[in-house]
Amino acid sequence: MDDLDSRATQALADIDKADTLETLDALRVGLLGKSGIVTAELKSLGALAPDERKTRGAEVNRVKDRLADALAARKQSLEQAELDRRLASEKLDISLPGRDGERGGIHPITRALERIASIFARLGYQRADGPEIEDDWHNFEALNFPPHHPARAMHDTFYFGDGRLLRTHTSPVQIREMKGRQPPIRIIAPGKVYRSDSDQTHSPMFHQIEGLLVDETSSFADLKGTLAELIRTFFERDFEMRFRPSYFPFTEPSAEVDIRWDAEDGSTRWLEVLGCGMVHPQVLRNCGIDPERYTGFAFGLGVERFAMLRYGVSDLRAFFENDLRFLKQFA
Amino acid sequence: MKFSENWLRELVEVNADRAALAHALTMAGLEVEELTPLGEGLDGVVVAQIVAAEKHPEADRLQVCKVDAGNGEILQIVCGAPNARVGIKVPLAKVGANLPGGVAIKAAKLRGVESFGMLCSAKELGLDADASGLLELPSEATVGQSLAEYLHLPDASFELKLTPNRPDCLGLVGLAHDVAALFGSAVKVPAQNTASVTSDARRGIRLEAGKDAPRYLGRVIEGIDPGARAPLWMAERLRRAGLRSISAVVDVTSYVMLELGQPMHAFDNDVLQGDVVVRHATAGEALKLLDGSEAKLDSSFVLIADEHKALAVAGVMGGFDSRVTDATRNIFLESAHFAPAAIMGRARKLGMHTDASHRFERGVDPELPLRALERATELLLSIAGGSAGHVLVAENLADLPIPSAVMLRRDRLRRVLGVGVADTEVVRIFTALGMHITPADGGWEVTAPSSRFDIEREEDLIEEVARIFGYDNIPTHTPAGALTLAVEPEARIGELALREQLAARGYYEAVNLSFVSAELLTRWHFNENLVPLANPLSADLAVMRPSLLPGLIEALRHNRARQQDRVRLFEVARVFQQCASQRKDPGTSQQAGDPPVETPSLAIVACGSARAEQWGEASRPLDFHDVKGDLDALIAWGGEPQRWSVHDNDLPDWLHPGRAARVARDGKTVGYLGALHPQLAKVLDLGTDVHVLELALEPLLARRLPQAQTVPRFPAVRRDIAVDLPEDVSWSRIEQTIRETLGERLSALRLFDRYSGRGVELGRKSLAMGLILQDASRTLTDDDADRCVREAIAALEQTCKAKLRG
Repeated sequence: MDDLDSRATQALADIDKADTLETLDALRVGLLGKSGIVTAELKSLGALAPDERKTRGAEVNRVKDRLADALAARKQSLEQAELDRRLASEKLDISLPGRDGERGGIHPITRALERIASIFARLGYQRADGPEIEDDWHNFEALNFPPHHPARAMHDTFYFGDGRLLRTHTSPVQIREMKGRQPPIRIIAPGKVYRSDSDQTHSPMFHQIEGLLVDETSSFADLKGTLAELIRTFFERDFEMRFRPSYFPFTEPSAEVDIRWDAEDGSTRWLEVLGCGMVHPQVLRNCGIDPERYTGFAFGLGVERFAMLRYGVSDLRAFFENDLRFLKQFA
Repeated sequence: MKFSENWLRELVEVNADRAALAHALTMAGLEVEELTPLGEGLDGVVVAQIVAAEKHPEADRLQVCKVDAGNGEILQIVCGAPNARVGIKVPLAKVGANLPGGVAIKAAKLRGVESFGMLCSAKELGLDADASGLLELPSEATVGQSLAEYLHLPDASFELKLTPNRPDCLGLVGLAHDVAALFGSAVKVPAQNTASVTSDARRGIRLEAGKDAPRYLGRVIEGIDPGARAPLWMAERLRRAGLRSISAVVDVTSYVMLELGQPMHAFDNDVLQGDVVVRHATAGEALKLLDGSEAKLDSSFVLIADEHKALAVAGVMGGFDSRVTDATRNIFLESAHFAPAAIMGRARKLGMHTDASHRFERGVDPELPLRALERATELLLSIAGGSAGHVLVAENLADLPIPSAVMLRRDRLRRVLGVGVADTEVVRIFTALGMHITPADGGWEVTAPSSRFDIEREEDLIEEVARIFGYDNIPTHTPAGALTLAVEPEARIGELALREQLAARGYYEAVNLSFVSAELLTRWHFNENLVPLANPLSADLAVMRPSLLPGLIEALRHNRARQQDRVRLFEVARVFQQCASQRKDPGTSQQAGDPPVETPSLAIVACGSARAEQWGEASRPLDFHDVKGDLDALIAWGGEPQRWSVHDNDLPDWLHPGRAARVARDGKTVGYLGALHPQLAKVLDLGTDVHVLELALEPLLARRLPQAQTVPRFPAVRRDIAVDLPEDVSWSRIEQTIRETLGERLSALRLFDRYSGRGVELGRKSLAMGLILQDASRTLTDDDADRCVREAIAALEQTCKAKLRG
């Protein structure tokens, strides 16, 4: 008995001292293995008298359980220490850049254009398109610009040898859309337009978005409301706006729209942002729509102007230089 | 249209300050583009006369003047102006004055001589840009009078940006009517006097241009003083309208044009022979104009001629030979009406734009000529003397526009504006605008004055109401109305989504101009079916681009020249090509044939390392298969990669013949990709690493609507094989061979290694690939898989000269 107890005490001390899994395993084999000392004790039980065997057996099993628990506990602690060591050695510099994280970006004009288009999509406007090389009828005559009319002088036009021209505005898309169907019509037509003018504030190619609504009830008040919503949702803020009477041959009454812009120096000024008006009855008639039954409004805006205001671009020409140092700012 | 504010205020009562007047004009559609205050800060500036001038003892350029400042006050003033001389009257800024430029006048010593004030130029007074010398005042000016009082200052120059529909506001009297309507006040038009006829000189007038020139009035005025000058008040009004005083005759016609809006012209009556004839020019007829240019005319021009020669281009400019000179004593004064259609575009055809053509092509009141002629006569006689002959009138009343009544319906007005306007206000507005309005069933009948060419239909009247009522007073309302949602086809990828996909792959979107230089296209060998502009801005922007690549490569070069080694750009835009067939289009008869074809396209250019510089992986240059990966990704998105193929034949000149491919969808060519041809790269001063892709956009946007298949119930088996084949056997051939051999049993084929070099015979390569085998009805056994591998290898040995590698 005493012998078993003392050996058990010694074994527990050894287990506690074991500092590697290998040492611990050797101890386990020496104690509980096939020829281990505890196993030997158990085997020796058979030689004892039944009464003695019972008591002795219980004692040996108690010692066996104690040793097994101690081995398991020590094993777990050694494994934990081992894991801690490993984890400590596996520390990364997480501040190093990740792999393949780069990406490109879409052009600020596209960005502004799509933002405007999505605003109108939510209002039920469909996207429409037309050719960039137009004929005189669609670009001018159907829109009430007779040949040589002074209003044409506001459109410096690029021509081709056959009399065709580069569209000077997206308004011909109005004609193409209205000729094809009957109201109700709600369309927007974004696209490239061209004027033969090039300086700091004019590019010979730029982008416009044309909007057109024709139905049985639309009025100038609706036009004002629609454009107020455009400005509010595009810029995500309210602006003081004003509608100024103006003249476009294809709308009447016509207006230019200004917003009260806060300049960086703290001053404010009126900034023209778009032109609009009620569709001229003759234009409706040119497209086979009865102006007595239907009224409509149209508007046209310069995408570059919106992009410049929205993103703080001060030089129009930056849009067409395609300098990556500029483009990367819009990624 | 530029004018003096004080002049306008003399013609109409305005109970508002300058800013409020400007705002009201702008908000009525008469946009004030520029507003220049004049004559502010002129306190302490008086009319003075130089009574003595001596050279400054210490300075060559300075004079010591004695100046009479009025009330017997004689001041000593040192002056450096070249025109300072005894006798002239000039502005004097006395000590204590603060000039507009911020100059405070103090008593000072100039090179040792005391000076008590400053004699001023127009610029120093903020009146004009002229700083060449002292502003010389007329000799009648009263010495000692405040300069501001003398010049009717302060004033302001208003410049209006008038729209083409409002020629009536190109004269101050017309403008005054609008202002009166805006402010509810009355116009004060100058009295219409009739000059007494004191000469019997006359000249016949023959109208031979039909409806192009339906009214022509003239008058001979004899014995004017050629040296007479316009009075100060007139010269000042002209100057504040941006015109210089030239001579009494020219100034009077300009003044009447500004006041009433009627362009006029004066001829030297002694040069004219016989009747004045208003006729069309004959083709090829030429005339030397006032500005010295030689006008080549055609029959679309209306001419003023006499019985022997052309005198002037009607409504545009007078002729040189019949002009009024310093010696002219007898003039023939013209005041006519020309139809807008007869003048439109004519000045432009001659490469000019004049005050007369600007007005006539927009429309001048046909009732003005007589009034203008009398007004000009009155003014001229008072300035330059002379005796006036009879007013000579030639007119075809039938060809003159007759103002007709236009109906305005109350309901329509409300419907278009979205707000009702009170009847009394409607009546007030039209009456104030000088229109005749009478009630009619459901609305009003309105007749516009002959000066309003823009009132033809109901909408024109609605616009007038809206303008004067105020756009600001129309409410804001969001449209309700019928709404049919448009169907967005799912089988089509949106352009924005495509752009974002490319951005996600590291490309930046570029926007280039649609026109490029012909020379650049020649470098690229784009020579056929080009679409050149007839009037390009410059040779660099002369041809519509037949491809996005030349411009995009220029953008790449731009960036490379700015320390950007790795450039990846894309662009989505149309390319233009002349239509090959030239069918006649019945709808547009004046045009030659089919319009050029516009094809929306996508292009990519890339150069530099394949991936952005990275610490963990070795850098390698971009190659063909990187860009092909971009293509594969775009194609994969559409869900039908099997409809696409690449081919190594029929490549364009600008691509490397061995490192490029033609891309086809359903067998039809839709674009190209690859390395630029080394020769082109050299011409463009680019390295060999530049790769490009250009495709028609539409095929890329097509997408399959998914139709779900059952997911396989049994696991797949993978077998890897490595074979050794001749270098020139293409992967597509290998792939095709294996696919045909294994049929449906092959669910995927993955190439995972390609090697040539040591251990592989020269001219051969080694490929390692994984065969993913699958059967829909059962799990494949090892025997099944082995059989597949054997069949595949046998086929490769047979058709591709392959050898199995151990």
